[in-house]
Amino acid sequence: MAANAHHEESFVSKYIFSHDHKMISKQFLITAVFMGIVAVMLSVFFRLQLGWPGQSFSILETFLGKWAPDGVLDRNAYLALVTIHGTIMVFFVLTGGLSGTFSNLLIPLQIGARDMASGFLNMLSYWMFLASSVIMISSLFVEGGAASGGWTVYPPLSALPQAMPGSGMGMTLWLISMVLFVASSLLGGLNYIVTIINLRTKGMKMTRLPLTIWAFLVTAILGVLSFPVLVSAVVLLIMDRSMGTAFYLSDIHIAGEALDVTGGSPILYQHLFWFLGHPEVYIVLLPALGISSEIISTNSRKPIFGYRAMIGSILAIGFLSFIVWGHHMFVTGMNPFLGSVFVFTTLLIAIPSAVKAFNYITTLWKGNIRLTPAMLFSIGLVSTFVTGGLTGIILADSALDVNVHDTYFVVAHFHIVMGLSAIFGMLAGVYHWFPKMFGRMLNTKLGFAHFWLTLVCGFGTFFPMHFVGMAGAPRRYYEYSQFEFLDWVMDLQPIISVFAIVGAISQLIFLFNFFFSIFRGQEASQNPWQANTLEWTTPVEHVHGNWPGALPEVHRWAYDYSNPNYEEDFVPQTVPLKAGEEDH
Amino acid sequence: MKLLILLVVVVGIVALAQLARVYELSAKLRKRREEDISHADHRLNASLFIVFMLVFYASVAYLYVAYGDYLPVSASEHGVGVDSLMNINIIIITVVFFLVNTLLFVFAAKYYYKKDRKAKFFPHDNKLEMIWTVIPSIVLAGLIIFGLRTWNDMTGEASDEAMVIEIYSKQFDWTARYPGSNAEFGLSNYNLITSNNPLGIVTNEGIAESLAELDASIEKLDNEVRYERGVLLSQKAKYEKELKNLKNHGGHGHAEHAEGDEAHADEHTHHGMSEEQLLAEIAKIDEMLTSDLVSVLSETALEAKKDKLYRLKRHKQRVLDIEDFDFSDAQSLSAWEAGKDDKIVKGEFHLPIGKEVEFVFRSRDVIHSAYMPHFRAQMNCVPGVPTRFKMTPTITTDSMRTIMDNPEFDYVLLCNKVCGSAHFNMQMKVIVESQEDYDNWLNEQKTFFVEEVKEEAAPEVPAAPVVEGEPTASIN
Ligand code: HEM
Ligand SMILES: [Cu+2]
Ligand SMILES: [Cu+2]
Repeated sequence: MAANAHHEESFVSKYIFSHDHKMISKQFLITAVFMGIVAVMLSVFFRLQLGWPGQSFSILETFLGKWAPDGVLDRNAYLALVTIHGTIMVFFVLTGGLSGTFSNLLIPLQIGARDMASGFLNMLSYWMFLASSVIMISSLFVEGGAASGGWTVYPPLSALPQAMPGSGMGMTLWLISMVLFVASSLLGGLNYIVTIINLRTKGMKMTRLPLTIWAFLVTAILGVLSFPVLVSAVVLLIMDRSMGTAFYLSDIHIAGEALDVTGGSPILYQHLFWFLGHPEVYIVLLPALGISSEIISTNSRKPIFGYRAMIGSILAIGFLSFIVWGHHMFVTGMNPFLGSVFVFTTLLIAIPSAVKAFNYITTLWKGNIRLTPAMLFSIGLVSTFVTGGLTGIILADSALDVNVHDTYFVVAHFHIVMGLSAIFGMLAGVYHWFPKMFGRMLNTKLGFAHFWLTLVCGFGTFFPMHFVGMAGAPRRYYEYSQFEFLDWVMDLQPIISVFAIVGAISQLIFLFNFFFSIFRGQEASQNPWQANTLEWTTPVEHVHGNWPGALPEVHRWAYDYSNPNYEEDFVPQTVPLKAGEEDH
Repeated sequence: MKLLILLVVVVGIVALAQLARVYELSAKLRKRREEDISHADHRLNASLFIVFMLVFYASVAYLYVAYGDYLPVSASEHGVGVDSLMNINIIIITVVFFLVNTLLFVFAAKYYYKKDRKAKFFPHDNKLEMIWTVIPSIVLAGLIIFGLRTWNDMTGEASDEAMVIEIYSKQFDWTARYPGSNAEFGLSNYNLITSNNPLGIVTNEGIAESLAELDASIEKLDNEVRYERGVLLSQKAKYEKELKNLKNHGGHGHAEHAEGDEAHADEHTHHGMSEEQLLAEIAKIDEMLTSDLVSVLSETALEAKKDKLYRLKRHKQRVLDIEDFDFSDAQSLSAWEAGKDDKIVKGEFHLPIGKEVEFVFRSRDVIHSAYMPHFRAQMNCVPGVPTRFKMTPTITTDSMRTIMDNPEFDYVLLCNKVCGSAHFNMQMKVIVESQEDYDNWLNEQKTFFVEEVKEEAAPEVPAAPVVEGEPTASIN
């Protein structure tokens, strides 16, 4: 492909059916922002109900109509909102959105490639993502409401339309949407892997790759290996729902009728689901960790501490994430010995995670830290990653999980370690690479305000949930007034809701900054953060093929910050080694 | 009202756009680059890290103090071990939480950017990395060992003296079953579930009851389908046409068919009927049409009824299959008989103090989870896959009321796996009492298959789950 083939492009092929990874990345980001807005709004709606159960809020009736008669959220609608909130957040914002945006943007730019291995598949991946997003959103409007069995959609609840209103048409759309979503992820993932393996520029050895790329690579491998298993789970569920099979069903008497099903097992579904589901949390988390590694090193003006250990821990986490899924199933009646094995493998994951956390902190130590908004979010990420990760130690311990499984303790844990960390990573990435994506800068002061409000509200929302859960409050409850023994912790619910609502409102600062700066932000310089990686050697104005001339050649790793051999505190990867200088 | 909101939004957008213009111009004048963070901003953010850290720690400390006693002392034997394991875990993670967050925030605040400084070039240090690989490994090894010991204790086999109780879940309530004097549960089969036999216990009476109920439903549905106006009318039209044919062609057509199409004769029973027979059939239909059983159904409703009829017949067949059981096998015969004295209770169930209980969990419809937080006990109830859990209650309800200083307190069993619209109110009271009180209580309980069970059972009509699960307390 000619580097500077400046042929005229029509609007459609440039902005809509683009094959250019930079444009596709923006498409993913903007779609994810919209999905994020929906998911946050849903959470505000059900937080209103949880904070002030049974109270009437006209805003609910405005938005939800018959799902909130007289402004009080209906209990079936409550479950539907929680389910769609979780699904959108995990899959559409933090899988499709996060990987789709940053793998697409950064893989070709940071490895020195002109584009993805297949621009066409890349485009297809986006359009499938969009189609599945549209289907998921539209499921909110069908008769009976959206899928309501939780984002894990366990059968038989999800398999039997008699079991709940959301298991009808809404569930069907959920399943179709997921199949499309997985197809999109697979196309994306294969593309990322092939591109990273094959299209690195001269000198870009695997051991010189920025950690972002390592994280995206392992993420893509996890996705390619685990998403097909979700598809099988989903396809079998579709067959149970509409073709009379009984993979997951046995001995069921529901709505006054004994069903003609025997021999299936609902537990089979859970094994299949969590075989994806656990790697999925790392699919969400690893890109965020990769992004923050890059940002923390750049803004500390220090090499990332323990580069090889960081790669090693990404690989270890990736590998281990495939053999821990059973920790979601300690109370399903699984063989206790099998449970013990999962306890062991799960707690092993804590070791590479601890290594990562300490390496981040050591990177900060004696740095010369530029507290940009991206850096603030990355530091926030380290805090949420550690804080949320620690409670994972309790959940991994089967004996303890018995009493906190499926309670608010779990909700607190995964929102902090996965939700907040990944969102912080994603926001950090947006602040950091916005100039690369849009050629303009985001406003920094608004960035500061956004960060501090988000940090405070994030912890304010999710930290107290630990105590609600330890007191024995189950999750996915529409309200808690039926249990006197929980009354005393319910004082926390309105406080949590206030933090959640203020947190949601403070995202408006970001939205304003984002959309405003796309058009009106300060024009960016070529390398605003004085970073070493290759993307900052491309011109601000996007060109097809990324570099107007020849591809850059790489001579060193990405982390030569404050290298004593050099005057400047950064040394781009394209600078040749001095005579006698050793690569890291 | 809506218009007003719209107006506000529009004005807001215009105002923002203007603001943005002004902002852009002034930024150009100031020439400040967005990426250049001023010293003042650095200092501000750095101090905010410290302030945030302190406020965060203070709030965490407050939460620990105010809500740290998350549950009263464990009311079961294994729960004591679970609690001490939990305490050790909480202590360790709290220490690490403070340590790591402090390092993070303090470093972030201390080393903020200064123009004349250069960061320390410190790419790696094998010794340090070894330290934070090995120390967590050792701590985790300790936690794993302690954790698995507790796990093995609580999941092991129950002793032979343990009593057995079955907990049975359905949308949206619980049923408990005690095995009665023979200490053995009767067999159960989901096909036998009726309003009188909510657990589907297999006995001769149970089967008879189920068959009777099925036959009644089949007959009712069969009638509904047969007396559908459209069906009757089209049948009548068919007979009348045939009658006309018969009159036009005399008798020979009939004879020809009878020889050639013998095989078809069964399928079309009316085919080749004589004139009198046809007239009689038509008269019968006319009479049926005047009956008040006649209804008018849409095509889909009729199809649905026929479907349902088919499914009911299959169901009946499955019940008949049970009846075909080989009675020569004495072992199974006793299980068959054992159900007769099973005791079935709803609303609350009782446990004697200090006695080991082996719970068996089953579910009728979807997955539920039997969660008893005060006993540190939980197990999923999975349709088709029985599960188990054992525990020994150690504190009576009365003593716990004293401990909690709350005369109203009761242990509960609650559902902890989302199961539908009334999931949030699927509960059963648990009473722990002396052996004597327990025995008295159990004696008063009725054995299986008596009238009392009836009133508790949900009406066996395919009601929408929303209605069936109406919570008892009012929620507005
Ligand atoms: C705007 C901030 C957010 C708030 C206030 C919020 C709040 C909640 C609440 C209260 C629940 C219900 C828990 C339950 O009853 O089980 C929930 C569920 C969930 N949330 Fe969030 N959340 C937020 C952001 C996120 C993010 C960023 C993620 C991404 C990982 C996420 C993922 C989930 C998932 C997976 C569920 C479980 C849904 C289910 O039970 O099926 N949430 N959220
Ligand atoms: Cu997991
Ligand atoms: Cu339930």
